[in-house]
Amino acid sequence: MTPPLPLLEARNLTMRFGGVVAVNNIDFTLREVELRCLIGPNGAGKSTFFKMLTGQLTPSTGTIAFRGTPIAGSASHEIARLGIGIKTQVPNVFNGLPVRENIWLAARRRNTPDQTKRLVDEILEKIALTHRADALVGQLSHGQRQWVEIGTVLAGEPDLILLDEPAAGMTDDETARTAEIIRDINRTRALIVVEHDMQFIKMIAKTVTVFHQGQILMEDKIDAVMRDERVRDVYLGKKVAA
Amino acid sequence: MIHVPVRTWMSVVLLAAAIAVLIAIPDFVETFTLMQFTLFSAMAVLALSLGFIWGYGGILSFGQTAFFGLGGYAYAVSVLNLGESTEAIAIAIALPAVFAAFLGYFVFYGRISDVYLGVITLTVTLILFNVVNATAGDEYRIGNAALGGFNGMPSVPTFNLPGNPSIVLDPTQGWYATGGALIVVYVLLRLLLRSRFGRVAIAVRENETRASLLGYDPRLIKLGVFVIGGAIAGLGGALYVNWGAFVSPTIFALSLSAEIIIWVTVGGLGTLIGPVVGCFLIQYLDSQIGTQQTFNSNLALGAILIVFVLLLPQGLIPTIRTIASRLVRLRPASGNATESAAKQPVGAAR
Ligand SMILES: Nc1ncnc2c1ncn2[C@@H]1O[C@H](COP(=O)(O)OP(=O)(O)OP(=O)(O)O)[C@@H](O)[C@H]1O
Ligand SMILES: [Mg+2]
Repeated sequence: MTPPLPLLEARNLTMRFGGVVAVNNIDFTLREVELRCLIGPNGAGKSTFFKMLTGQLTPSTGTIAFRGTPIAGSASHEIARLGIGIKTQVPNVFNGLPVRENIWLAARRRNTPDQTKRLVDEILEKIALTHRADALVGQLSHGQRQWVEIGTVLAGEPDLILLDEPAAGMTDDETARTAEIIRDINRTRALIVVEHDMQFIKMIAKTVTVFHQGQILMEDKIDAVMRDERVRDVYLGKKVAA
Repeated sequence: MIHVPVRTWMSVVLLAAAIAVLIAIPDFVETFTLMQFTLFSAMAVLALSLGFIWGYGGILSFGQTAFFGLGGYAYAVSVLNLGESTEAIAIAIALPAVFAAFLGYFVFYGRISDVYLGVITLTVTLILFNVVNATAGDEYRIGNAALGGFNGMPSVPTFNLPGNPSIVLDPTQGWYATGGALIVVYVLLRLLLRSRFGRVAIAVRENETRASLLGYDPRLIKLGVFVIGGAIAGLGGALYVNWGAFVSPTIFALSLSAEIIIWVTVGGLGTLIGPVVGCFLIQYLDSQIGTQQTFNSNLALGAILIVFVLLLPQGLIPTIRTIASRLVRLRPASGNATESAAKQPVGAAR
C-alpha cells in the first residue's frame, strides 16, 4: 500500500542571500489537516521558509510540492489559488481600506457576491471586529490589525494556513482567543504556526519543528521538545534567561 | 444602514444635475465659449484617463499623450477613409487600447519597476512624436489619408450623426457629444470602481504583495487598468481632433503630458472628479492668462503647481472634502442626509 500523498513536502530546500544561508537543505513534510508549530531563535530561517512556500522567494535549490504539484518558484497568486494562505510576520493588510473591504477582497475571489457577503459577516464576527467593520485598517491597533490579517486569510478558505507570529502584540485575552480560533480552524484545515510565545505553543501544539541556523534541529511531540537538552540550549534556555 | 442608499441617491441627483448643465449651457453662452468648453471636455477625458490609472492603479504614466495622439491620428485616418465618424471613433478607442496592451504586457510582465514605467512611456511618446513628424511627403499616406508630417492633417471631417454621414454635427451638437462623452466616461469609471475588478485594482495599488497572496495577479490587474486608461485617452484624442478638425504631431507633446499630471495633482489624485475639475480650472486660467501680455502663462502654471504641492498636496477635491467633513463633525446635530451631502461635495466621487 502506498502511503497517502502528504499535503506539503519540501525536499533539500535551501535559500541563500549572498553569503548568508538562511535556510540550509531542509526536508519538511506535513499531512492533510495537520497542525504544526515552528519554533527557533531569531534569524533561524522560519520566515524565509514561509516566503518560499508562498512564492515570495524562489528557493536557491530544492523542491516544494503541494498535494503533489511543484510550487517552488511559482508566483504568489498561483500558489494562493492552489490553497495556501499566509499571515506574514510584519502586518500585511490594506491599510487604506476599511476592515470589511479587506475581508471582502479575500472572500470574493472564490465566491459569488451573495456567498461573499455571508462569509464576510461570519468572519467579522469570528475576529470580533463587526463593530469596527467600516474603520480604516490603518487606524486600528496593532493587535486588531493582526486580527484583520487572520480574517483575510480565513476568508480565502485555504487548505493550508501559515501564521507567522500570530500572537505578537496581542493581549493575553486576544492570545487565548487566537489559540481557540486556531484549534477551530484545524478541524478542517492544516496549519503551520510560527511563534515565540511558548505558553501559546503549549495551548495549540501537538508536533513541533525546531529551526536553528537554517536547519531543522529536531521534530517531535511538544513534551519531548520541551525536555530536549539541545533545544533548551539554543532556544528555550535563552528565552528563560532573557 | 441608511448610508449606502443616500450615497447612491446623491450620485443620481448629481448625475442629473450634470446632464442638466450639459443641456442648458448652449442657451447661456456664446459659440466661442461653447467651443472652449468643448475643448476643455475633450481634455478632461484625457485627464480622467490619467486620474484613473494613476489614482486607482498606482501607475504614473508620462505617456498618456501617446494614447491620446494615437487616438487622434486613428480617428483622422479612419474618418478620411471610411467617410463616416462613428466607426472611426471606435477605432480611435480600440487602437490605443491594443497598443497599451502591447506596451503594458512588456512593462508589467517583464517585472520592470515602476520608475522605468515612467521612462518607457516617456520614450514611447517621444518616438511616436518623431515618427509621425517624419511622415511629410506624399509617400506617407494610409488609404485616402496623407499623414503630412510636422504639418499635420488639415480639414479632418468632424463627427456626423451616427449612421448618417451627410449630417455633420454643428458646434452645439459637438458640445453635446463631447460633454456627453465626458459624463459617460465618468459614470462608467464610477461603476467600474464599484465592480470587483475596480476594487481589486485599488487593492493592488494599496498593497501589491497582499493582493497576490490573496490569489490576485497584480500584473494582470495593472495591465487591465493600463489598457482601459489607453482606451479613454484614445477617445479623448478623437474628441480633440473633432474639436479642431485638425491633427498634428504636437498632439504627442511632452508638455501636454506634463500638463495632465498637473491637472490631476491640482484636482486631487485618487478621485475621479478631481482631474476633471483640475483640467477645467487650469485650462480656463490658462486661456485667461493667454489673452493678456503681462505675464507668461507657463510661469503662471508653474506657480499654481508649486502652490498646490506645498499648500494643498492632496489637491483641491480631497481638501474640500476634508474641510466639509470637519464642519459636519463640528455640528453633530445635523441630520444624516446633510452629513452625506457634505462628505460628497462634488460628484459622489469615491
Ligand atoms: N531578503 C534578505 N536578504 C538578506 N538576508 C536575509 C533576507 N531575509 C532574511 N535574511 C536573513 O536570513 C536569516 C533568516 O531570517 P528569517 O527572517 O527567516 O528568520 P526568522 O526565523 O523568521 O527570525 P525571527 O524569529 O526573528 O522572525 C537571517 O539571518 C536574516 O538576516
Ligand atoms: Mg520571522
